[in-house]
Amino acid sequence: MARMKFICDDDRCIECDACITACKNENEVPWGVNRRRVVTLNDGKADETSISVACMHCSDAPCAQVCPVNCFYTTEDGVVLHDKDLCIGCGYCFYACPFGAPQFPQDGAFGNRGKMDKCTFCAGGPEEDFSEAEFEKYGRNRLAEGKLPLCAEMCSTKALLAGDGDVISKLFSQRAVERQLNQEESDNSASGPKLWGWKTAYKE
Amino acid sequence: MFRLFPFLLLLSTEALADERTFWRQAREGVEGYSAVVGVETNKLIQATGSQWLYIRNELIAGTGAWVLALTVFALACFYLIRGKVCLTEPRSGEMIERWNKKERWLHFYTATLFIILAITGLSLLFGRSLIIDWVGHEAFANYAEYAKIIHNYAGPLFSVGLVLMGLIWFEDNKFRKIDGLWFRQLGGFIGNKHPSAGRMNGGEKAWFWLLMTAGFLVTVTGLNLDFPNLEQYRLVMQISHIIHSVAALLLIVGALAHIYIGTIGTEGALEGMITGKVDKTWAKQHHDLWLETLEKQSSTTCGERKHTTESISQNKSETLLKKS
Repeated sequence: MARMKFICDDDRCIECDACITACKNENEVPWGVNRRRVVTLNDGKADETSISVACMHCSDAPCAQVCPVNCFYTTEDGVVLHDKDLCIGCGYCFYACPFGAPQFPQDGAFGNRGKMDKCTFCAGGPEEDFSEAEFEKYGRNRLAEGKLPLCAEMCSTKALLAGDGDVISKLFSQRAVERQLNQEESDNSASGPKLWGWKTAYKE
Repeated sequence: MFRLFPFLLLLSTEALADERTFWRQAREGVEGYSAVVGVETNKLIQATGSQWLYIRNELIAGTGAWVLALTVFALACFYLIRGKVCLTEPRSGEMIERWNKKERWLHFYTATLFIILAITGLSLLFGRSLIIDWVGHEAFANYAEYAKIIHNYAGPLFSVGLVLMGLIWFEDNKFRKIDGLWFRQLGGFIGNKHPSAGRMNGGEKAWFWLLMTAGFLVTVTGLNLDFPNLEQYRLVMQISHIIHSVAALLLIVGALAHIYIGTIGTEGALEGMITGKVDKTWAKQHHDLWLETLEKQSSTTCGERKHTTESISQNKSETLLKKS
């Protein structure tokens, strides 16, 4: 069974933030909520590295374990989704999540949290596929249309990969090995077009 | 060479060093830069979440359930073995005011809010494993949403009650030498002794100070959890939640014992809190020093009353200690 995963190649991400914009636009995410964000460590230094991060759709999701109303479920594709009709906005999933994926729009006085919102892997929610209610609450259901999440589909450097975990991890490891080989044996000009990463490009 | 043996790349430490530094930084939650503005949006991973999850789900919910169950079990056993602590002498019919109107209102105001907070709070902690199967997913989620809101608003009101209690009962609850004797005689619950006590006995004082200390912690952490818009880091919220739950469970254990003693555990205790008056026999059995103080007071003139109250009970307690 396919298990959907995101992989972000830190050697390719150029921090263009287009994945954030694409996600916001495609899913019409409410104000103040960003389902995806790009984090840059060592900004401005030689080893500057960026990663695009959202819900990682964990196999054993901490959010699902802690939720007091048990509103999370995992789809057949291994996507972790939640039911906004059940969510009470307690914020526990946000405390438990390592990636800061769950987001809360403010609802009412004193910073009272509204229904949690997070990346759905563009797979909608428990409502009927392509229904208005589904789009309203969870955004586009691209998976049901046979498409992958837009953030990854439109990533210009193909740093962000989304899809069946087995497939994309193979793709990624192949890419990493190839890149490393090119770096180690850079004088081998007979091997045709080469794969480079930022680390190689900015090495010297 | 690398093309033949790709695994040798693992030995090429220089290439991997950068990579390792980056992921170490990510795991440690080093703050970087993010175009997404917000609290901690510039952190890739917050590792304390999984520790909080373990403490909340395993230690607090797991152990808490046992602690509460054992408390109820212990109280039930105590009731079955010892039974009600009855008055040893017949009622005199003479009633003495023990709690004035303000004290009674304050007591039941705080008690009502406490019970509401305990039920709603425990629902969030144990509801998933106990109530969902029973009433269904949607019904519980609807209830839990209101429970959360009620809990959030009732909390500060409860804290007001705690502060007022602290103010009006502080004097009566200072620990004195006589309380040591009370605890050594196990408060008269075990055996047939009637340890001496002033207006508050050792047990009441212990409960008062548990309320004050755990109540303070619950209030401070609760207010913090009440306002997630103050841009606290998640670590602050996690620690607040843990302190809040542990202190609240301690209070619930204390409250169970308090409610037991105040209702079915002791003859005449509840009527004292409801009507404000207790029988003289009851006062003599449970709060002898207090009764003596009151009697001394009524025999002296109005002007002297205030000064005599404490000194008499103090002297009396000292002589009692010498005797024992």
